[in-house]
Amino acid sequence: MTRRRSGHRVPLWVYAVLTVFCAISYFPLYWMFVVATTDSATATRLPPRLVPGDNFLDLAGLVLETVPFVRALVNSFVIATAIGVGQALVCSLAGFAFAKLSFPGRHTLFVIVVLTMTVPLQLAIIPQYMIISRLGWVDTLQGVIVPGFVNAFGIFWMRQHIVATISDELMQAARVDGATTWQVFWRVVFPLVRPGAILLGLFGFVWAWNDFLWPFIVLKSPERYTAQIAIKALQNSRDIDLGLAMSGSFLATLPLLVLFVFVGRRLVGGIMEGAFKG
Amino acid sequence: MATILDPAVVTRKPPPAPHGGIRESVRERLAPYGYIAPFFLLFAVFGLFPLLFTFYVALFDWNPIGERTFVGLDNFTRLVDDPRFWNAVRNTFSIWVLSTVPQLLLALGVAHLLNHARLRASGFFRMSVLVPYITSVGATTIVFGQLIDRDYGMVNWFLELLGLAHIEFTASVWGSHLTIAAMVMWRWTGYNALLYLASLQALPREIYEAAAVDGAGQWRQFRHITVPALRPIIVFTVVNSTIGGLQIFTEALLLSPSAAQTCGAARQCQTLTLFLYEQGFGRYQFGYGSAIGVALFVMVVITALVNFLLVSRSRAER
Repeated sequence: MTRRRSGHRVPLWVYAVLTVFCAISYFPLYWMFVVATTDSATATRLPPRLVPGDNFLDLAGLVLETVPFVRALVNSFVIATAIGVGQALVCSLAGFAFAKLSFPGRHTLFVIVVLTMTVPLQLAIIPQYMIISRLGWVDTLQGVIVPGFVNAFGIFWMRQHIVATISDELMQAARVDGATTWQVFWRVVFPLVRPGAILLGLFGFVWAWNDFLWPFIVLKSPERYTAQIAIKALQNSRDIDLGLAMSGSFLATLPLLVLFVFVGRRLVGGIMEGAFKG
Repeated sequence: MATILDPAVVTRKPPPAPHGGIRESVRERLAPYGYIAPFFLLFAVFGLFPLLFTFYVALFDWNPIGERTFVGLDNFTRLVDDPRFWNAVRNTFSIWVLSTVPQLLLALGVAHLLNHARLRASGFFRMSVLVPYITSVGATTIVFGQLIDRDYGMVNWFLELLGLAHIEFTASVWGSHLTIAAMVMWRWTGYNALLYLASLQALPREIYEAAAVDGAGQWRQFRHITVPALRPIIVFTVVNSTIGGLQIFTEALLLSPSAAQTCGAARQCQTLTLFLYEQGFGRYQFGYGSAIGVALFVMVVITALVNFLLVSRSRAER
């Protein structure tokens, strides 16, 4: 806290500029809420009415009539949770092996992990779709979930995190006690790096909740849609009501905003520690 | 972050002494492979194999039912002669420049302001700049689309107040590119500002204090301390947004609902990834779509090489 006391007084214009920047960050979300609560006659009026209306339930009802939106939110939740947990586990295991175990080929395999981080696998989407259809996973949630476990950057980060958190002395002490590698991982290492793994899982959750292209290709029937794909379906029925897609977007964003209230600070910390690659 | 591409970060250690019997020791020796197996198995099936298979599929006329004819390099010669491909390359490049350059400059400025030692409510500001990042690209596009609507959009209302005519942004090349660039900027500026801020905080505060004592104002501190200190992370974010720029898809797909797969009747904002989607999944030409995938791969490799050269040059200078 001594840090805060040092340095010069912050000029007022700095606050002004930052406030404007934050207002721009919030405005589209606020506007989404305004339109989602206003009937279309009012929402399309110029000059724009900047206060929320009382039409939210009507519009939300219309959203539910057009696409199975509650189902879509549940699907999004299932997919995002599974991917978050899956990434955290897969990356903790591999990160542990690369950080603390030695085995032939470790160096080469880790170089492969690092190299895969740079290639966006999205460009291979056609063969990916072929594999999913071979597996019979088209239009299933696992078709979205299982490929989502692959996160090379997560392994890179967990490895760094484990190197920084677990000392070699601790590993040796555990080994002297006669613990097997698995026991060392599960009883000693994992409890200590759990905050890091949870952070990774949170980023995985947010990413999966917002992902569009892959679910859009894999999921075909409306009752399998994620919230993001449901927004696209609402957009197609734009002639019903201009505010429909806006209401859908608001409903699809709200859960993450609520989550953000609780974990936003940790996400900020995580990004500043380099836990996520955009 | 330049270390990411540096294999030397891996350190070698001697193997631990085995405990217990021979079977136990064999199991212990194999254990590490068990820990990395889930990743490598999944990566092989859903990453590496599809990547390599893209090159193979690109040599065929291939439709989703599985009918295929070998056509050699035909798909590639077609691609090089296809004005729609070059249009998509231009659009992707234009959107990338329009979004990346102002975005990173603005992020630098925001990071510099957030780095003030006695800034109050800094936690609030940091969280606020990250709000766009948790908003999905889909929702972002819907809102921005509404804001720039020709008849009812707020942006056009402002233009009207200024005495200008309404603009149909999605109809023109520059209008649609600016719109997509604005969405990308909105979503990623705060995230990049936090990355820059993290690097700035690793700098000793005394440097700024000394500069202030010497009479250097905000601007000179920014030019002569902030920017040089951030060079490695700037390279990282440029590479990151280049690779992200090559993947822009959802914004383009959702911007013009009436001609979604081409982002407008004249393909005015069809990006490379959207072109791949249109050919592969809109027209069921898996072979031709894969050739577009190969072209994207080449661009990613070029980006990575340029990055590598930049990083090794900046290391040599030190």
